[in-house]
Amino acid sequence: MGPLKLINSSFRNIFRNRMRSLLTSLGIIIGVGSVIVMVAIGDGSRIQIESQLSSMGTNLITVTPRRGTTIPNRLTKADSEKLRNEASYIRAVSGIRQRNFSIVGGSSNWSTTVMGVEPDYLIIRNWDVQEGDFFEEKDLASRNKVAVLGTTVASELFKTEYPIGQSIRIGTNHFKVIGVLEKKGVGAMGNDQDDVVMVPLDTALTRLSQTQTLNSIALSVIREDYMTQAQKEIDIIMREAHNITQYGAATFDIMNMADLIATVSKTSQVLTNLLAAIAGVSLVVGGIGIMNIMLVSVTERTREIGIRMAVGARKRDILFQFLSESIILSLIGGIIGIIFSILVCKFLTTFMSIQTYVNPVVILISVLFAAIVGIFFGYYPARKAAGLYPIDALRYE
Amino acid sequence: MPMIELKGIKRLYQLEGITVKAIQGLDLSVDKGEFIAVMGPSGSGKSTLMNILGCLDKPTEGIYLLDEINTSKANPDEFALIRNKKIGFVFQGFNLLARTTAVENVELPLFYSRKDRKVNMKEKAIAALKEVGLGERLYHKPSQLSGGQQQRVAIARAMVNNPVFILADEPTGNLDTEMTLEIMTLFQNLNNKGKTIIMVTHEPELAAYTRRIITMRDGKLVSDIPVKERRSATDDLMQWKKEHAILQKK
Repeated sequence: MGPLKLINSSFRNIFRNRMRSLLTSLGIIIGVGSVIVMVAIGDGSRIQIESQLSSMGTNLITVTPRRGTTIPNRLTKADSEKLRNEASYIRAVSGIRQRNFSIVGGSSNWSTTVMGVEPDYLIIRNWDVQEGDFFEEKDLASRNKVAVLGTTVASELFKTEYPIGQSIRIGTNHFKVIGVLEKKGVGAMGNDQDDVVMVPLDTALTRLSQTQTLNSIALSVIREDYMTQAQKEIDIIMREAHNITQYGAATFDIMNMADLIATVSKTSQVLTNLLAAIAGVSLVVGGIGIMNIMLVSVTERTREIGIRMAVGARKRDILFQFLSESIILSLIGGIIGIIFSILVCKFLTTFMSIQTYVNPVVILISVLFAAIVGIFFGYYPARKAAGLYPIDALRYE
Repeated sequence: MPMIELKGIKRLYQLEGITVKAIQGLDLSVDKGEFIAVMGPSGSGKSTLMNILGCLDKPTEGIYLLDEINTSKANPDEFALIRNKKIGFVFQGFNLLARTTAVENVELPLFYSRKDRKVNMKEKAIAALKEVGLGERLYHKPSQLSGGQQQRVAIARAMVNNPVFILADEPTGNLDTEMTLEIMTLFQNLNNKGKTIIMVTHEPELAAYTRRIITMRDGKLVSDIPVKERRSATDDLMQWKKEHAILQKK
């Protein structure tokens, strides 16, 4: 029997038992479908996180005090000044001092993060004001009590009122609103980036915190290509500033956005693989379903096998017939599963705003896997069919 | 040179340690164009002989020459090929594939003969079905056909590959008188055209339509006689229809 005839007759046998074939394929449909959907959700969230992190600026470097070191360490404005003056690969530098405050303004109050930053911070974050102005160097020098609001804070406090020129109270200090930032949207960690108030760094240090310690220093590299050099340079400058030798243990961490993206991606990849593995189990279960039905089918069609053998089918003809039926069954299941999963992904993205990304490679792999499942679980029943003796098979009731 | 030649055939089975001698020393030769009835009580070895003649089973001892091929040396695949090319089976229970049209059933041997193209196969199958008088029911499934029609599909299937001989095992065992006579008419017509037929049967009336009767008992051939007054199934069928018509009038 030629391969075309074989496939033709397999299809005929499968369609003769439509309901059963569908139920048999269901295992594979669900298996393939869930693998693709799981991986698509995993990939989608990874891509989303990556793009959000990149939106924070791939040129971003953050210096933070190292936690858990016994040596007391502090980042101060002196560090950020030194970096600004000495680092050659750096475009912009800003010390950051942040704390949560309950803010009173307009007719309501709102709890939010108050960040003390330098004017360069807008360059680093690739951000701008939507209305009004950002504070300048002279506001820092004279510790002016001016504030720039994120859109969330602005709308929470002032609703429909025009916020600029209004007064807000942070802690015990009254600040004048001089600007509103552009809308930035949801951040990498699912936080609302617009839920923030920015004040001059020196004002924050003296009037809000009564400390000289910075939480971190943010820097922007001239070009992404200089990332490594810039990090090395920062390391040298910081060691000098803190009197640490070249080989001494650092009291600070230098982290760039690329590293962060890599870390997050890796975590998310592990999660994706785990989900895919769990979904893969259902694919194997689906394969066992196929084996089960094929075994029933062999028993049920024993007489048919006898007839086929009597009119000249060889062992291998019978083997290939049953094998091709199980492969076609699982492939059909696989294809339906793919269509199904693409629809589910579309649904998730459209109606549940869950980001998904259907990778063509994953589709290819799952089709391949479905075929392998078909061969693997179809072989035993097929061999059982081919091993029948024609006389016994013909006499089977 | 006879078409079928059996020499010293023995077939022994081991059943729970006891040796059963199904056939113990049998010689038989069949020429082209013969119509033979194999008779004998159950347990006489008829079925075993059928299986051996049909290349479904191998003798323990002896030589079976079919169309000058020594089948004793054939492997299972060659056996399948011999069944496909040289033998046409007609069974008591019809043994058609359910939920499969008449044409597809008849195509089945061509499927496995690995030489015909799809179009050719269909043409051949349709020709065979027309020859057995089923030109009008090509796409009916077995469940939509009467017993006699199903058996005619089976006969068409047996003939489609133009085999050396037709091997029929109680072909009318499940059929009523009219259908039986129809099938016997068909067999006689085929035989008159030169087709060799070997038919296993219980009924002496049916054996009377053949040309030669061999009788088995206890795994041996006990008689081998030509039929002297061969009956015509066509005449009997007409006679039966006449009587039946009268009976119905009353």
